[in-house]
Amino acid sequence: MAISLDLERVRAEFPILERETKPGVRLIYLDSAATSQKPRRVIEAMNSFYEQHNANIHRGVHRLAEESTGAFEDARRRIAEFIGAALPREIIFTRNATEAINLVAHSWARANLKPGDIVLLTEMEHHSNIVPWQMLAAERGVRLEFVPVTDEGTLDLEAFRQLLGHGPRLVGFTQMSNMLGTINPAREMTELAHQAGAVVLVDGAQSVPHMPVNVASLDVDFLVFSAHKMCGPTGIGVLYGREALLEAMPPFLGGGDMIKRVRLGEFQPNELPYKFEAGTPAIAEVIGFGAAVDFLGEVGMTTVQRHEREIIGYTLERLAEVPGVRVYGPEASQRGGVASFTLDVAHPHDVAQLLDDRGIAVRAGHHCAMPIHEKYGIPATTRASFYLYNDPSEVDRLVEALYHVKEIFS
Amino acid sequence: MDDLYRELIVDRYKHPQKRGMLDPHDFTYEDDNPLCGDRIRIDVRMGPDGHVADASFSGVGCAISQASADLLVESIVGKTLDEVKALSKDDVLEMLGIELGPVRLKCALLSLKVLKAGVYGVEEVEEELR
Repeated sequence: MAISLDLERVRAEFPILERETKPGVRLIYLDSAATSQKPRRVIEAMNSFYEQHNANIHRGVHRLAEESTGAFEDARRRIAEFIGAALPREIIFTRNATEAINLVAHSWARANLKPGDIVLLTEMEHHSNIVPWQMLAAERGVRLEFVPVTDEGTLDLEAFRQLLGHGPRLVGFTQMSNMLGTINPAREMTELAHQAGAVVLVDGAQSVPHMPVNVASLDVDFLVFSAHKMCGPTGIGVLYGREALLEAMPPFLGGGDMIKRVRLGEFQPNELPYKFEAGTPAIAEVIGFGAAVDFLGEVGMTTVQRHEREIIGYTLERLAEVPGVRVYGPEASQRGGVASFTLDVAHPHDVAQLLDDRGIAVRAGHHCAMPIHEKYGIPATTRASFYLYNDPSEVDRLVEALYHVKEIFS
Repeated sequence: MDDLYRELIVDRYKHPQKRGMLDPHDFTYEDDNPLCGDRIRIDVRMGPDGHVADASFSGVGCAISQASADLLVESIVGKTLDEVKALSKDDVLEMLGIELGPVRLKCALLSLKVLKAGVYGVEEVEEELR
């Protein structure tokens, strides 16, 4: 494992970082929480699949079908290893983290929850970990409760303990907030939730790409994440589930590949993981995802996390210098590489537009987390988010550009 | 983009010509864009000759949404309702003098949406009274 990050070498892996957004203006990509950029080897792995091996998986007996099935299942094994899952069959491929949560809400929850049962979430969830449960609540009469967020932008753990006293059947929380950047104490929360008898679902969409995450040491029941936020392609994500839970769950989507046997009157579901993977999956994307976890594994997730902690520490320091900037969320020691902020004189959309003029890509809006914005009484923020390829000098360019925005608007 | 931001949009954002509420008014309408929190209300007073006598806007939002509302409201004074109804997306963009991506287009066109909803509301009322 690498000890410290060789930034020049890492950056050289990402072709897009060389482009200009207009003549003479080099791209500064600060929107990795929305989607990360892709290293050359991920793009090449997918190209090479299509150029050399393309075939459908699990059925054909010809050479190409065997190669593609082998590459697909080998990627599953490496992804399982990457998050410390004991068994590759505990890795269910979905379209993304959102679909993985919906799978749990449809399959596990409909089989296990009855009217009046409680699902405990938090106020800092992404819409993807709120709306599927609201839909379930409307359909099944399940009750939703939310762990409040403190003014500092962390979860109120005292309130969490009290809410666990209500006996929730499922506790779902993000390991890292995509708006505040807060890293939640997932292991401690999981332990408390288990003591209260709840099943635990962790949204790892922002954590798995940015820090070491091990399902065995966290002891979670479900973990969801998306490839495209971790150097992989769009259109592919993962539901990790504890084997015993997945075995007991009914299938989600019906179709080919998810069955063992079909008669006109009935079907018998396939074994794990295929039971939950109806239809031809995103084969090239899974192979690209495999290349992405290989890349991150080589750099080392501890190294990635350390690099981002340095960058976010520096970012918070520099943003604090700019009069009129307010950053939301906790101090650097408790957060990942995300800084959402407001600027007193300009709306986030105007800020983002003027930053774009200087090649700086940030996100402006509510970042699919309207409830937490509402809590702070703001409709939108500007968000700068970082990854292993970001350089401290890019933070300097961001701060310079913010001074420029202030000059224009005041 | 930068220069235009400074000259027209920021100027209108900071020093709007038509910001405020009109009392009395003949019609008013308000709408928002929940995605970014932009909110615009437009008040219109008609003259005896069937032309817009005066109009104003109020609300909150980004410079593009507020500046386009100010320019749009200013432009309808003296127009007939038919002329107001004929205003298009391109007219608003021409007033702003910039090209916009799909996300910012929503900011720019919120005021037109509000204005048209107000005008068509008036038509309905007029038909009821006829």
